[in-house]
Formats: sequence, C-alpha cells, structure tokens
Amino acid sequence: MDASTLIFFALAALLVVSSLLVVLLPNVVHGAMALIAALLLISIFFVMLQAPMVGVLQVLVYAGAIMVLFLFVIMFLNPARQPRGGAWLGFSVLLALLLGGGLAAMLTKTETAADPVAATDLFGSPEMLAKSLFGDFVLPFEIASVLLLVAIVGAVVLAKRER
Amino acid sequence: MIVDLAIIATKAFLVLFMVLNLAGVLGWIERKGSALIQDRIGANRASIFGFAGMGLVNTLIADPLKFLTKEDFIPPAGDKFLHTLAPCMALFTALVTFAVIPFGDVLNIGDRTINLQVANINVGILYAFAMGSLGVYGIVIGAWASNNKFSLLGGVRGSAQMISYEIAMGLSVIGVLMVYGTLELQEIARGQGLLMRDLLPQWLAFLQPLIGWLPAWGIFLQPLGFLLFFTSAVAETKRIPFDLPEGESELVAGYHVEYSGGKFLMFFASEFAEIVTAAGLVTTLFFGGWQVPYLMRDGFHSPWGGQWLLSHYAVVGLQVGAFTLKVLFFCWLQILLRWSVPRFRYDQVMRLGWKMMLPLALLNVMVTAVIILAAQ
Repeated sequence: MDASTLIFFALAALLVVSSLLVVLLPNVVHGAMALIAALLLISIFFVMLQAPMVGVLQVLVYAGAIMVLFLFVIMFLNPARQPRGGAWLGFSVLLALLLGGGLAAMLTKTETAADPVAATDLFGSPEMLAKSLFGDFVLPFEIASVLLLVAIVGAVVLAKRER
Repeated sequence: MIVDLAIIATKAFLVLFMVLNLAGVLGWIERKGSALIQDRIGANRASIFGFAGMGLVNTLIADPLKFLTKEDFIPPAGDKFLHTLAPCMALFTALVTFAVIPFGDVLNIGDRTINLQVANINVGILYAFAMGSLGVYGIVIGAWASNNKFSLLGGVRGSAQMISYEIAMGLSVIGVLMVYGTLELQEIARGQGLLMRDLLPQWLAFLQPLIGWLPAWGIFLQPLGFLLFFTSAVAETKRIPFDLPEGESELVAGYHVEYSGGKFLMFFASEFAEIVTAAGLVTTLFFGGWQVPYLMRDGFHSPWGGQWLLSHYAVVGLQVGAFTLKVLFFCWLQILLRWSVPRFRYDQVMRLGWKMMLPLALLNVMVTAVIILAAQ
C-alpha cells in the first residue's frame, strides 16, 4: 500500500466519523461544525484527485459562504436541543437502508470503471472548467443563473410583502 | 527527493517565521506609531536593565509574557471545546494564506531551480480567497461559544460584514485576472515585469511617449480595482474604520469580550497576520509583487536604452528585498489608516459594500472586458 492510499483511508475514516457526527450530535452548532469538517475533507479528496479547482471552490462556496449563513441563522434562532427518535425514526431507517443497499450493490460490481483521472495535464484546471462551462454547457449554465436570479427576486418580493 | 522536501520545508518555515514575526513587530508599530500620530508617548513601561528600546521591550517581551501567564478564563455557561477551537481557527487561516504569495522569481543553485513561493497551485488566488472566507469561523464560533450577548452581536456583525466584503473583493480582482490571463499569483507577478509600451494597442500608440515607460503594474492597469480591493481587504481585517465586529464603544470588545490570556493573544496575532497577508496580496496583484522596475533576470534594462548587468544572486536579492519593502509599506499604510479615520456606522458599512463597491466592481469588470476586446 503506497502513501497516497494510506492518506486516502485515513481521510475517508475521518470523513465517515465527521458525517456521523453531523447527525448524531445533539447540539445544532456542533452538528454544523462537523458538517464544515466533512466539507473540508471532501475538498481534500478533490485536490488528491487532480481537481484543485473544484476542491478550492468547495471550500470557498460551501464551507466559506453557505455554512456561514447556516451558522448565522442557527445563532439567531438558537434552537433547543432536539430529542432523539420521534415519528420520523422508522422512515429514516428505511431510507438509510435503501441508500446503503444501493451503494453496496454499486460498489460490489466487479467491472472496474475507467480511470477517472484523464491523461491530460489540463484535467481539473480552471481552463478546462471554463471551456466546458462556457462552451459545451453554456445553455444549462445560463439557465441555472436565471434560476438563481428568479430565486433572489422572489426572496426580495417575499421579504417586502408586508408593506 | 530528500533535498526537495527539505527545500519545501525551508520555504514554508521561512514564510511562517517572517509572517509571525512581522505580526509581532506590527504590534509594536501599532502602539508606538499610534502614539506618534496622536502626539502621545506610548508604550514605555518595561525595560531590561534600563534598556527600553523605543517600547520594543514593552510590546515584544513584556506584553506577550503577560498574556501567556494570565488566567485563561472560559465562561462557565459557554462551550469549552469551541471556545478553545475558535482562536486556533482564526490564527490558522490567517497564517496559511501567505503560502501562495510569491516572494521572488526563481532561484538557481547549481542545476536546481527553486520557485520562491511556498505552494504553486494553479488556482492560487482562489486558494487565498477560500482561506480568507474560512477566517470568519474564528469570530463566529468564538462569539457563540462565549455565551455573551455582546460577543454574539459582534460575531453576527462580523459574519455579515465579511460575507459582504468578500463579494466586492472577489469581483475587484477579476479585472486583474482578465488583464494577466491567469489565476496563478506567480504568473501575475511575472506579467507585471512588462512595460506599458508592450501592452499598448495600435489605436493608443499616441500615448507611447507619455506612459510607455511605466511598468505594467496592476495599479496602472486597474486603478479602480486597486481601490476596491484595498478597501475590502481593510474591511476583512476588521479594523477601524470597519471594526464593527469588535465595536469597542458599543460592544465592549465584540467577539473577544470573553477571551483572556493566550487565546486573546492568538486573536490579536491573527489580526496582524491578516494585515500582513492583505499587504502581500495587494503587493502581488497591484504593485508588481517582487518586481523591481526595469530589473530583468540579468540586470537593469532602462526603457531609454542602457543597461547594468547584475549577477543572478544580486537580482534575486533585489527582488526579495523589493517584495519585503512593498509589504512593509502596505502594513504601515493600514496601521496609518486605522489611526487616522473615524469608524463607520453599521448601516454605512453595509451601504458602502453593497450599494457602492459591488456596482463599481461590476463596472470595472465590464470596462476592462471592453478595453481588452478593443485591444485585440
């Protein structure tokens, strides 16, 4: 086993632990911190898979901006500690089993996938990302932008409605 | 292999050492410099055998000793783990950003070429922003874990302010990225080694004698971008005029009200490390980084003809020296700003960020794009 495989398994174990902590910790702020840790670990995986651009964007957008807003809201509302279990427990267990079964079926398939890391130097570079975003996928990209704009305008309208 | 690792470790240690020590020296400049600005005497209480060294003994030896030996108080109703984690996060993110800032061109020793930059990643500037955006957690988590309403108010203000100014900061840099065509900070610094006459398009050729001799630094190509970036960088360091998260006159000390001893020292050091990082980024993006005007790899070449050849080591020394001087200048400028302008009100901070800087940054991107298209 070489060094990168060792690092992968160490990080993967940490990722599993922090993801479990997200759902198991009773305090919401602690859960959010565990989620930030999980997001940072995922970004390290992206960097190890020769995609530093996606890794850095993961930190910048998810860990650095969206989670800050999460914390912002949590701190304002200051929710009480949630009791475990409840009416949703059976449904959640069912969903988890379904997802786990699906993943296990996928992982135990014997055929090996093609090497995900392409041979070119440009793989995962900003140039490559820009070319696919603004070349091959420019229409879906623009549609997604319009969707976000609609959401922003909608939020402003909802916030102003009382007046 | 071993030698490569040793070189990387040396570079990382050197940069960390310089940033941390510069942060300490800035603490001295802040206290003695503010005294100079306000016509006071400033820190002069401590001395060793009568040697006070212009307050150096006071600020660099007595103050840290006092911080480190003080009681580390954690509010009983607060969160002990997060209260300790918060200053670590603040200091960590402030220190690692400097890894992508180049402090010189390449150094050749024997047949080995050493890139004078700790980490050369192809998304350099985005890495700096990503680490900057993580810096807000130190404040928010510290504020929440203190279980104090003044802290919490400071933390909430801090997160709102930093998110707002990150947007203006990111957009103000896009112009620079468009001009130099890369995200790598080392390539941006190299691009600034050109002269204006290399970049002037045909239809602006009449400006040649007027500005052709200027180095193609970001400040000349992106003056508005520089103003916007520097303002948002100052806002990100959370100092006056943008000290809303701390808000001495209304929130006691904002997010670090409940911090004492070593942990407060860590918040304090992270603030100064952020100043150094902001100065390094401004230098690299807008003031040529390690470039000395007209200094090529083999010596000075004047734009009016004439040259003065220098050895490789002299050139590298000049570059590193120039970078250090520029960073020191911008550190000093930030401290001067902090002690000469009054603070903003909260609504003024938000209005400046969203209603003035954001539209101006977008305008800057548009105008730059039009000029680049016209020049092609």
